[in-house]
Amino acid sequence: MKNPIISIRNLSLEFNSIKVLDDISLDIYQDDFIGIAGPNGAGKSTLIKTLLNLNNYTGEINLWDKPLNKFKSWNYIGYLPQSLNQYSHQFPATVEEIVALGLISSLKFPRILDKKSLQRVKDILTELEITHLAKTSIHDLSGGQKQRVWLAKALVSEPKVLILDEPTNALDPEIRQVFYQQITKLHKQGVAIILITHDTSDIGTYAKKLLLLDTKVIFWGEFSEICNSDKMSSYFGEEAKHLICHQHE
Amino acid sequence: MNNLISILQYQFVERAIIAGLFLGIVCAVMGVFLVLRKMSLIGDGLAHISFGAIAIGIVFGFYPLVTAIPLVIIASLIIYALTRKHIIEGDAIIGILASLGLATGVILSSISTGFNIDIFSYLFGNILSITQQELLFVIIGSIMILSIIILFYQEFMAISFNPEQAKISGIPVTILDILFSIITALTVLMSIKLAGALLVSALIILPASSSLQIAKSFQNTMLFAIVFALISILIGIIVSFIFNIPTGATIVTVNAIIFFAILIIKLLKTK
Repeated sequence: MKNPIISIRNLSLEFNSIKVLDDISLDIYQDDFIGIAGPNGAGKSTLIKTLLNLNNYTGEINLWDKPLNKFKSWNYIGYLPQSLNQYSHQFPATVEEIVALGLISSLKFPRILDKKSLQRVKDILTELEITHLAKTSIHDLSGGQKQRVWLAKALVSEPKVLILDEPTNALDPEIRQVFYQQITKLHKQGVAIILITHDTSDIGTYAKKLLLLDTKVIFWGEFSEICNSDKMSSYFGEEAKHLICHQHE
Repeated sequence: MNNLISILQYQFVERAIIAGLFLGIVCAVMGVFLVLRKMSLIGDGLAHISFGAIAIGIVFGFYPLVTAIPLVIIASLIIYALTRKHIIEGDAIIGILASLGLATGVILSSISTGFNIDIFSYLFGNILSITQQELLFVIIGSIMILSIIILFYQEFMAISFNPEQAKISGIPVTILDILFSIITALTVLMSIKLAGALLVSALIILPASSSLQIAKSFQNTMLFAIVFALISILIGIIVSFIFNIPTGATIVTVNAIIFFAILIIKLLKTK
């Protein structure tokens, strides 16, 4: 039987005595493409940040069979944050410098970029078709270009799981579709995907499993399972159910 | 030209230039990180604290750096710890400790006699009076700080870019922040002789700020900041010697002229 890459048991978390995550337990496997949905304040981003060791919590989290506080292989995880502007407005950096920062987790001390690392940066820029932007300042990029650069930064260390937090918020529909094509391709290459989005139709189209969160787990499992249950209609309504489930019914 | 060569023949000018070049590089490099991390004011605060710490050393008969190094490092760590835990805003705690440092220096210099000239030389700085021993401290300190920056260059860059994402990459952000606080304290202490407690922060902020106006990459920002710092230190030392005016203030003025010249050109270009 295969081992989960991420295992969560009885995870709870409070901010100022308010429960943000309540008794969450689930296992994520290497071949998973998971969509996380839920209303605002449901704890979706908090769950991800907790998995990334940014929050204090109670319960148990294991990444690749190692307790979170002892986990060191951060290059296994690629993370695309919600906001593409999480840096000082005057931070001076070119695209290749920012993408190279994504290699830090896979380099051993002293983390000096050698020829192999620089080649890896070139490769990922080529793969995502942004080689022409290598020397461009990050302040001169459009929303879609920024998205690709951040994706390149997340992928440059060749992660085993890619976590995407509302990745298409700032993108127009055309770029959005291209973005999801890239993500689907990565998944086919063996990368596990965890996708948070408000857009439930995107989840229905691309993800294989759904985690419906509202502080607690409302539903966790295969789409085929929830799409054939009453839970889906009662939670999302008939119209949304159709949008989410049309590929799974 | 002959005048310039004759200036360089003085041993004290030679010492001042060597110290200035080392300090210029260190201040420029540290300045880039400090400005990007919105910690520009810490240089000013630590410099004022250094003044008080040096006064304690002089009045109680120690070599000034013996008291100043631990006290300023402790102050730097206190500022970091209180800011990190959001107990007090960074600028507030910097202001409080800076005032305390300056007040301590002023009180000690008023109750002691005969030490005033020594103490006030640290307030306004005078690189031309740098001793062999102080030069050695500057060279060793600079090599140490630059080695740390080179070893952790990627990590410091990542933390300056986004501390949260740096943590996700497995970088020990807290440990490196503590290390950074210590080398910031040492940078300020070493540079006090060059520009004095009142002007040292300008040596840290100005080259970085000038560079940030024009550089597109992180690497070039470092490079331009170093070039601006070295140019202003060399011009400052020579001009101050020729016209017999304070060296630290001259270096800072040259730095400020470079900054405003770049800013004006940039503004005219964007019009």
